[in-house]
Amino acid sequence: MTYLADVGTLARKDLLLELRARDTVPAMLLFVVSTLVVFNFALPAGASAEAAYGLLWGALVFTAILGLTRAFAAEREQRVLDGLVLAPCDRSAIWFGKGIAVVAFLALAEVVALPAFALFFEPVSWELVAAVALASVGFAAVGTLLAAMAAASRARELLLPLLFLPLVIPIVVGGVGASIGDDPGRYLGFLALYDLIFAILSWASFEYVVTE
Amino acid sequence: MSTSLRNNRAVALAAVAAALLLLGISLAFYWVPNAPIEGFRQRIFYVHVPIALTAYACFFWAAWKALRLLWTREQRYDLESYTAVHMGVIFGVLTLVTGSIWARTSWGVWWTWSERQLVLFLVLFLFYSAYFMLRYSVEPGPRRANMSAVYALFGVVLIPVSFLAIRLAEGLIHPVVFDRDVGSNLSGSQLLTFLVCFAGMLALAGSLYVNELTGKRLDARLAELREALQ
Amino acid sequence: MTSAEKYVTAAYLVVLAVVLAYVVIYAFKLSRLEREVTELAELARRKKEGVGEAEPEREEVVG
Repeated sequence: MTYLADVGTLARKDLLLELRARDTVPAMLLFVVSTLVVFNFALPAGASAEAAYGLLWGALVFTAILGLTRAFAAEREQRVLDGLVLAPCDRSAIWFGKGIAVVAFLALAEVVALPAFALFFEPVSWELVAAVALASVGFAAVGTLLAAMAAASRARELLLPLLFLPLVIPIVVGGVGASIGDDPGRYLGFLALYDLIFAILSWASFEYVVTE
Repeated sequence: MSTSLRNNRAVALAAVAAALLLLGISLAFYWVPNAPIEGFRQRIFYVHVPIALTAYACFFWAAWKALRLLWTREQRYDLESYTAVHMGVIFGVLTLVTGSIWARTSWGVWWTWSERQLVLFLVLFLFYSAYFMLRYSVEPGPRRANMSAVYALFGVVLIPVSFLAIRLAEGLIHPVVFDRDVGSNLSGSQLLTFLVCFAGMLALAGSLYVNELTGKRLDARLAELREALQ
Repeated sequence: MTSAEKYVTAAYLVVLAVVLAYVVIYAFKLSRLEREVTELAELARRKKEGVGEAEPEREEVVG
């Protein structure tokens, strides 16, 4: 029971910090809408509907990277991560709590992004919403772990996209497939499988990423 | 293991690799008959597929060493895992290049998204290149060893997941324009040639791995010596 | 040589080229290691000789 309580405390801490500082989520909102507008100019006149859905997923990936770059920024600046690691809680709770916060931030960005997309480009189906939800879990699961790695490095913001992009290619495939394919269920199932596998792997290995 | 025993094994491995590869390439060029449909160009199969499989083997070896590191915390596994990833990337690049040449001679294009193995190796190449970025930007030590190990484990999980993704992407992203009948029914002589080449490539990878590992260990011990003397 | 033969040979040659390039890079690394060992041997020798002179040197500094 204390494990979940720890997770809850950590998640609440991140959410409260964001509520007061209000720097990450507004940036993500603005970024995703700006990206969609840029993509409008990037798509030539005769482009298909499918291309637009593809670009939506591109926008979501980059917005996730933006949000994740900030994920451990506060801890790094205040050297809090060492303190958290020394705390008598299971280290994986840090991943869990931070992951929940990241999902929340992504969800807020998507609540704005999807209507904007529907307005600018193509209609948004329930399958697309489900895909975006599943993808957000996937982004948060691997992204939180990778952000912790990047936080320990000298390259920081440069490193996270390099680590993140190859790993989330399957998410993009699943997402685009659910958006435009004939059989969205198959792609949604794949996204769920990805989430399951990588969430478990990230949860189990987070401890090793933050300790010696 | 004493150094002399280790050296003998290294020499033996290199000799075995040389023998197997010479035999394999000779078989591939002189002995095995032309494939019925593809013709002469099918012979790239005997260099491309063994290299691809060897690359996978290297990545799995790296993941195994990574697991050993996380399990036992013995730092020597870090160098072993790192060297295995390096070998995997070298053979991965070779897979991409030979695959590209094969695509060119089969279909006239240097690249196609409908060739699953090629796309998978591209994704893995990106992933494992980032492994080196990770290592270069973190201070050497147990922390870096842990992170590299976790990343290597992620890589090996990514292989099947990516493959599944690429298969799912097929109808969606690009129409399957090009198709090749590979390895579905190998005749006896083809199978033998393939196996010899495969064994040779594995031995080559092993030989390069052992040499590089020795070099890296030497590096580390010289650094220690320098520390002790200064 | 037919076009197919050229491509097949190219594929095998690329493999050879990469392995040879590896050998060349490795040769560089070995010569660097050799240089380091010579340096360290020199350092060790100097240190060994330096032990005999250490005592009088220290007295001078203190005084």
